[in-house]
Amino acid sequence: MKRSTAVTANPAVKLKKPNSFLSRWNAPIAGYLFISPWLIGFLGLTAYPLLLSLYYSFTDYTLMEPISWVGTRNYEQILTADPKFLQSVKVTFMYVIASVPLKLAAALLVAILLNKAVKGISLYRTAIYFPSLIGGSIAVSLLWRNLFGVDGIFNKIIAVFGIEGKGWITNPDTALGTLVLLTVWQFGSSMVIFLAGLKQIPSDLYEASSVDGANRFIQFFKITLPMLSPILYFNLIMGVINAFQMFTSAFVITNGGPMNSTYVYALYLYERAFSRYQLGYSSSLAWIMLIMIVLATVIIAGTSKYWVFYETDTGGKKRK
Amino acid sequence: MTKQWKLAIRHIFLLGFSFLMVYPVLWWIGASLKQNHELSSPNIFPAVPQWSNFVKGWNSVPGHSFTDFYLNTFGLEIAVLIATLISSTLVAFGFGRLDFPLKNFWFALLMLTLMMPGQVLIIPQYALFHQLGWVNTYLPFIVPHLLASGAGGTFFVFLLIQFVRGIPKELDESAKIDGCSWFGIFWRVVMPLTKPAIVTVMIFCFLWNWDDFLGHLLYINSVDKYTVGLGLRMINDSQSAQEWGQLLAMSLLSIVPATLVFMFLQKYFVDGIATTGIKG
Repeated sequence: MKRSTAVTANPAVKLKKPNSFLSRWNAPIAGYLFISPWLIGFLGLTAYPLLLSLYYSFTDYTLMEPISWVGTRNYEQILTADPKFLQSVKVTFMYVIASVPLKLAAALLVAILLNKAVKGISLYRTAIYFPSLIGGSIAVSLLWRNLFGVDGIFNKIIAVFGIEGKGWITNPDTALGTLVLLTVWQFGSSMVIFLAGLKQIPSDLYEASSVDGANRFIQFFKITLPMLSPILYFNLIMGVINAFQMFTSAFVITNGGPMNSTYVYALYLYERAFSRYQLGYSSSLAWIMLIMIVLATVIIAGTSKYWVFYETDTGGKKRK
Repeated sequence: MTKQWKLAIRHIFLLGFSFLMVYPVLWWIGASLKQNHELSSPNIFPAVPQWSNFVKGWNSVPGHSFTDFYLNTFGLEIAVLIATLISSTLVAFGFGRLDFPLKNFWFALLMLTLMMPGQVLIIPQYALFHQLGWVNTYLPFIVPHLLASGAGGTFFVFLLIQFVRGIPKELDESAKIDGCSWFGIFWRVVMPLTKPAIVTVMIFCFLWNWDDFLGHLLYINSVDKYTVGLGLRMINDSQSAQEWGQLLAMSLLSIVPATLVFMFLQKYFVDGIATTGIKG
């Protein structure tokens, strides 16, 4: 690598095939050429808009009228005199705290069950993955609205057990739970990632520990969980970031209602920005969201050294 | 004896659990053929299948049919897939294979954007595309993907970088000795070996864009350009309480393409995740 760079950097030395594309350029120029699509995109579609939104957040901006600087007024209003902000933060936190751990637990348990080779495993895997495949689309939201309506079949099914149903989506106490259930139902992607991780745990660890008399329970906590912890960590962070941004199902199924019980943060942000065209105010909301997500990520990362186990010193001699 | 029991219990549990997972979907399929008054029944099968739900639903938007919405969506998907394919492979090769000044700095920024919530960018990007006159065109979807920065675009680059790093570098060296240019190494050596990861990226790209409801909602206003998701929302808003069977029939059809893609490519998909996602 080094040698060829030195040779090609010298314009006096021509390589054998002067006509072949890029051959006369050295690695730095070629490198920048190759990454240029992303670099342009990053500068133009990420970095610049990010700064722009920071600027907007200190302005009154409506798309139609000229921008006027208002200093920290948006932030002050959000943090001191905006009941909808408080409500949406509350709902979002409840959603994150309920949906992320439940989803991860379901994904991990089912991954462990599916990790053992049993007959028809691919059929089970497909069935369990299917709800995730159809995603957070509007179609699924419409289905969910039907299942959990007053006349929905969920009520018909629990009636068999003598439980009287209600309008799960129209009741402020249960509406958010219904959306959480939809999220948890789609645990397939996390499950596939756990499954891939489980396959990489060397089986001699289990063999050795069962010789030492460890039961399944101990093996789970002393081997499986520590070995999977980097993946758990990855899934947890991604799950939290995604959950903070939940939008489609709250928008389609409940539209924030009833009584704002599913009024998630992204919905509030959307409403301010694209129903009322208060782009300045909603940019402030977006920055507060960014800060909340960064804080959540930092807190999780800070705790990670206590529970994420990296297999650094055994690498390379995993299998003897 | 105990071993067989354990196996049986495992199967019973898996069967029951699988059924619980797919039951809503089975009910959905049945419901798409039902009359309205049957929709509150947990029974999967309709009394008399109403095939007309599909026909009526397909044509329920005045002046348009779902044929238009599907053609729009497929056209958009193909453009986005091609844009993603070009940009993400080039960028991944650059990061995964070449050394250049500030590479680690740029890579750190790439990782950071991976974590960034889309909401922070939605408003300024909307304002930007609005100023460029791109609202109500497909450009707000295609251009970001061509620049590896669209929804999920950075993630695809990351996946491919991880994969490209795993391909032995000795191959490059020998290709270079044979007079191969950087582009030649990219095109003839690394790309063919990256195929499984590329297929994974393509599947994700297809699925995510098919599902990108918010993006479509923001940028597409005229019914001529509507995608399937927007068409669904339109019939949902216009006739919500009356024709549930039609609505469920159309929403069921809307997940067929994604399902087919997954079914035919699922081998690549699972392998791809296993080999790219978490090796880093």
